[in-house]
Amino acid sequence: MFRFILRRTFSALMILLVISAITFVLFYVAPRDPARSACGKLCTPETLALVRRNLGIDDPLPLQYWHWLAGVFVGRDYAGLGHCSAPCLGYSFTNHEPVLGLITNRFPTTLSLTLGSAVVFVVLGVGTGMLAAVKQGRALDKIASSISLVGSSLQIYIVGVVAMYYLSDQWGILPRPQDSVGFSQDPVAWFKGLLLPWFVLAIIFTANYTRMTRSQLVESLAEDYVRTARAKGLSRRTVFFRFAWRGAMGPIVTILGLDIGYLLGGAIITEETFGLHGIGALSIKAVRDNDLPLLLGVVLVAAAAIVVANIVVDAVYALIDPRIRLA
Amino acid sequence: MTLVSEASGPSTADPFLSVRDLRVHFATDDGVVRAVDGLSFDVGRGRTLGIVGESGSGKSVTNLAILGLHDRTRTTLAGEIVLDGQELLTARERELERLRGSKMAMIFQDALASLSPYHTVGRQIAETYAKHTGASRRESRARAVEMLRRVGIPQPTARADDYPHQFSGGMRQRVMIAMALACDPQLLIADEPTTALDVTVQAQILDLLGDLQQEFGTSIVFITHDLGVISRMADDILVMYAGRAVERGTRREVLRTPQHPYTWGLLGSMPTLNAPVDVPLSPIPGTPPSLLDPPAGCRFEPRCAFREQVPAGRCASRRPHLPRTAGHGAACHLTAAQRVEYHADYVGANPG
Repeated sequence: MFRFILRRTFSALMILLVISAITFVLFYVAPRDPARSACGKLCTPETLALVRRNLGIDDPLPLQYWHWLAGVFVGRDYAGLGHCSAPCLGYSFTNHEPVLGLITNRFPTTLSLTLGSAVVFVVLGVGTGMLAAVKQGRALDKIASSISLVGSSLQIYIVGVVAMYYLSDQWGILPRPQDSVGFSQDPVAWFKGLLLPWFVLAIIFTANYTRMTRSQLVESLAEDYVRTARAKGLSRRTVFFRFAWRGAMGPIVTILGLDIGYLLGGAIITEETFGLHGIGALSIKAVRDNDLPLLLGVVLVAAAAIVVANIVVDAVYALIDPRIRLA
Repeated sequence: MTLVSEASGPSTADPFLSVRDLRVHFATDDGVVRAVDGLSFDVGRGRTLGIVGESGSGKSVTNLAILGLHDRTRTTLAGEIVLDGQELLTARERELERLRGSKMAMIFQDALASLSPYHTVGRQIAETYAKHTGASRRESRARAVEMLRRVGIPQPTARADDYPHQFSGGMRQRVMIAMALACDPQLLIADEPTTALDVTVQAQILDLLGDLQQEFGTSIVFITHDLGVISRMADDILVMYAGRAVERGTRREVLRTPQHPYTWGLLGSMPTLNAPVDVPLSPIPGTPPSLLDPPAGCRFEPRCAFREQVPAGRCASRRPHLPRTAGHGAACHLTAAQRVEYHADYVGANPG
């Protein structure tokens, strides 16, 4: 286990290094002056010069990357702006703030959105999938399969807007989505503010989990060891949960881990639809503003989330299936 | 059906398991598959019935029906299965759950696929025992270790904590047997338990089953397509073809003086060590019929070399029945004299 974590952490760092380098290069291929846009709308020649110097635009590309990378580990000084202590992901000139601070400000929203939504789509999706598998070929199965087909073709920006219009504006059942109140400040307000985004974001995932759970269970229910368990005299319920579900959950946990990793990188459409301020909204801003340090930051967060999710998934898989050995 | 009670097999005055006119039909997209279509047999206490037949003859389907493991929503079951005086086909699911694993147990062919890969073998054995005896965790665990020791697994205490994939094929089949016997079942159904094993391991497993039967007095239904295994294990033999019994008798009767042309064919297609090597085996020509639309008369008729010997095309039009009286018999329209004569001819023509 220890060797597994060590090895995977090392390769994760390598991946992040490569991703940051690629992002760096891609950014400079774009035909815009990063200093000009980083400087903002009210750009004075003095500020522009400061930005150029701090960005190091005039240095060769590898040297610029080296400065950025060194900043991550030992911190970095910005002339006229002060010291950005390690781990310094750079300084966002458009926002006049270190990138790390921006990200840590936004991350709670993304985390809340992701985990809350995951709870919703796992409960709904896996639950429906289980029912469909148990009632294979019967009415309930067909209804569940049809709903999940419809669900998977819905779009957040339509469902979200419609739901917001009726549930919040017209009927007043839910407050308008907001993320200004954190969980630690007022859990009830936090919960109400995110309830709608959770369900809307969950819609597209629920359908996937329903279909996946159903097909995995249909397969594992037909396994010989499930029949053996029945032949031993165990009840249907025991056989279902202890044997069939155990066999079905591996692939589901894998996809769940990757989906959570993906969502932690920012749910761009959902955040835009509901006006939430998470990592997704931040990445849009970074692209719009041509803000290289910020863009690098959000890309790395997204990449790190996926890489970590992969490691966790592999570890969990080994816990579920004793035939898999971590190495 | 008043006559059926007389239709007991050889030396089974008081059959422990009695199957009467069993029908197992599956609804499929292509139509109804008549996997078992009017099957009757008995198994006496402490005796071993060998059921032989090729793939698709309905052997396994029959035994899943005895345990009540068919999906009732897709299967039509009819007939009677009486275990120690208790009717199983009409029994409630709860009652069947109580019987499965305690009074009747099953050993499956592929132990690797049939044991749960997610649980240690000790736990899999213990959970059967705990379920049926209400024993504590510790008692069940002790029982599991004891069963592993009894089926000849070295260091049973340590190995109880291993998973099935950590065992060799033969050892895994022993685990399977230990699990099946954990509650001292009175009926053991072994569905090709040695087919996946190499010959020496196969012999060990068969010896083990024989020993355990001596010890526990278990009745065994042994399903196989391997006549070598049957000749070694069975007291009585039932030959199945396309969902029906074609011949029944003691081991000696069926192997020495087979009466049904299909049995002749089965025996003729088995290689023997003492036959000359240059004599080819004689497989039965043709393939088994589709069970979606089986022949109306004798199901072996399309492949039978002797159908012309029966007048008026009765083989094609009328179903031959196994004699209802006990003892050796075959479901065939040939007369007793014809059977003896043609069998001699058959053996003469197909010495392999």
